[in-house]
Amino acid sequence: MKQFVAFVNKEFLHIIRDNRTLLIIIGMPIVEILLFGFAINMEVQNIRVAFYDPSPDAFTTGIAERIKQNSYFSYQGYMHSMEEMEEELRKGELDLAVVFQQNFRKDLVHSGNAAIQLLSNSSDPNRGSITATYATAIIAGYQQEQMELVNIPFQIQTENRMIYNPQMKSAYMFVPGIMGLVLMIICTIMTAVSIVREKERGTMEVLHASPLKQGTMIFAKTIPYMVISFIDFIIILLLSYYVLDVPVGGNLLLLSLIAIIYIGLTLSYGLTVSTLVDKQVNAVIFSAITSMIPVLMLSGMIFPVDNMPAVLKALSSVVPARWFIDAVRKVMIQGQGVIMVWKEILILIGMTVFLLTVTIANSKKRLE
Amino acid sequence: MKTIKFLIEKEFKQMFRNSLIPRLIILFPTMVLLVFPWAVSFEVNNIKIDIVDHSKSVYSKRLTDKVAASKYFILNDTPLDYNAAIYNMDNGETDMILEIPSSFDKEIVKSQTSSVGVSVNSVNGTQGLLGSNYIMQIVNDFSSDLRTELVNTLPNQSHTSLMRMPKIDIIPHYKYNPGLDYKNFMIPGFMVLLLTILCGILPALNIVMEKENGTINQINVTPVSKAGFILAKLIPYWVVGLVVMIISVVLSYILYGLWPAGSIIAILFSAIVFILSISGFGIIISNYSETMQQASFLVMFFILILILLGGMFTPVSSMPTWAQTIAAVNPFNYLTKTFRMIYLNGSTLRDVSGNLFALVIIALVLNGWAVFSYRKRG
Repeated sequence: MKQFVAFVNKEFLHIIRDNRTLLIIIGMPIVEILLFGFAINMEVQNIRVAFYDPSPDAFTTGIAERIKQNSYFSYQGYMHSMEEMEEELRKGELDLAVVFQQNFRKDLVHSGNAAIQLLSNSSDPNRGSITATYATAIIAGYQQEQMELVNIPFQIQTENRMIYNPQMKSAYMFVPGIMGLVLMIICTIMTAVSIVREKERGTMEVLHASPLKQGTMIFAKTIPYMVISFIDFIIILLLSYYVLDVPVGGNLLLLSLIAIIYIGLTLSYGLTVSTLVDKQVNAVIFSAITSMIPVLMLSGMIFPVDNMPAVLKALSSVVPARWFIDAVRKVMIQGQGVIMVWKEILILIGMTVFLLTVTIANSKKRLE
Repeated sequence: MKTIKFLIEKEFKQMFRNSLIPRLIILFPTMVLLVFPWAVSFEVNNIKIDIVDHSKSVYSKRLTDKVAASKYFILNDTPLDYNAAIYNMDNGETDMILEIPSSFDKEIVKSQTSSVGVSVNSVNGTQGLLGSNYIMQIVNDFSSDLRTELVNTLPNQSHTSLMRMPKIDIIPHYKYNPGLDYKNFMIPGFMVLLLTILCGILPALNIVMEKENGTINQINVTPVSKAGFILAKLIPYWVVGLVVMIISVVLSYILYGLWPAGSIIAILFSAIVFILSISGFGIIISNYSETMQQASFLVMFFILILILLGGMFTPVSSMPTWAQTIAAVNPFNYLTKTFRMIYLNGSTLRDVSGNLFALVIIALVLNGWAVFSYRKRG
């Protein structure tokens, strides 16, 4: 036990001595949670709109006025020709072009039919279709008002309620994801690189000669990292609550428990990586790629897992962050208890046990 | 000149001595382009919905069927009360709840108007918004079905006025991506992501590795110039970047049939300028770091910022002003924009010249800094 404490002490000293690294490890999550928490936003805003109206009349200018005044749109002006319109769209200077047909009002009154074309820049399909939806709603609303058609029979109203996130704030969705991402990257690189560094320099062999058991030694090595990562987690949590206004609806102890398990899991992954590679460069590349890309793409942080095809859904279930993010969203945002997250917790524990087993098996092999 | 040639040869040899790197250059783009484009989609089409039908009437049954038949929704459950449905939502089994009041049927017949309640899980705001829009569309369709069926049962007057209702046809054109295919939008982004990771991380580890091994001191006592030394360090990464870029362009054509609508030359040219800036940026980090661990944290820190504030996943135009200012000096942002414009909009070299100019400036500043920040003393 005394040896163990001494060993943990030594590892702590190693880390604290390197001020700069410590500063980076603590500072990085602070800056990132603030940057991303405020800036990442899926909402479609600032839609740059222009009009083309060959024969202006009260009706078309009325519609244009209505769109101009809407806070989602930013008015860019009237264009003189379709060619000019096309060019602005191609250059990426416009998001939406509203094109009225010739003799709009006359046709509407006489034949009862007139057309408006909405050219939405849909290279981003999400933005393109939402833009068109917004504009359609504004035009339809204007028409209804103008024609006093408020009394159409057989109308069914829908009354909407937004649950868990009534103000539709993006931070609610992204904060758990950013937690999962930042912890994964820091913990994995931290453990993998520091252990491979010892391997590279040969100091690892010296440690093997000590009377401490292999398992105990690895455990001792991870304890300081565990502490630092948990401090990171607390900082992220405080910033999310006090600065980003994200609620902590559920039990704080349960949330901490989930975080500790996840941190243990990511550190174990770092250990596993350290047994797979011999050079620091490779440790960095391997842990950077495998910790960042799957979390960004497959964890549900940005893209909902439910939308993915079956093969990728299966693939996403081996990404630890997916279960962490799920659990944090449920406990933190939706305020749920342990009954709703026991599955995620068990999966995270199972993954940790698996990784540790692989690590121990690998490092034994290397010694023989 | 001759010294630089030898240095370049040394860098290439060192790079390929590490067996992971050649494999990385081939396998990493292949894996990313093969797998991840399928994961990215905001198109919300499998929304799980619970319908609580208090009315249990002909019309409510029809509405239920209509929702269940829609391609956007999957009917998860039809619980008896709202609380059971909320339990399902807490559990993550359902995303939406449609509640039909018990008087639904009667109201339609008597007063020709009724209402339904919709509750949406809005943790993911976009998904919540789209989901409630879809359900509104279905309900509107349903009521216009009723209108055509039942309009004859109404007094004559309103009947005729309905028939004469003038109509504006709103015709949306989804330009540049008519199928609204998310893959086409994201693949150019993935190319930039690949270049950023490979040509950003590798140089960031390079000089600091020489510092840790002590070999940097040997270089420092040679007469090679600072700029020459940095240039020799950078050239191999330019080659790596270009190879990765060519692999990506060919693969996305083979796998997804995606080929630039504009000029391929413009794609390659802008990629080269970007590779210059990002590898220069890597060298800067390497110059300022003392250990590999520091370098790796720093490079990951900045790469995350470049990517997440660079408009690949979420639009720059939706960000607050200060974040847009960051995006204005972010090379990732410029290249993503350029690639998407050339690939999808068919923009010409002239159309993207503003972005290219910004990239060139960024490349000059970063590489100047890289040379400047390298000190020839231990």
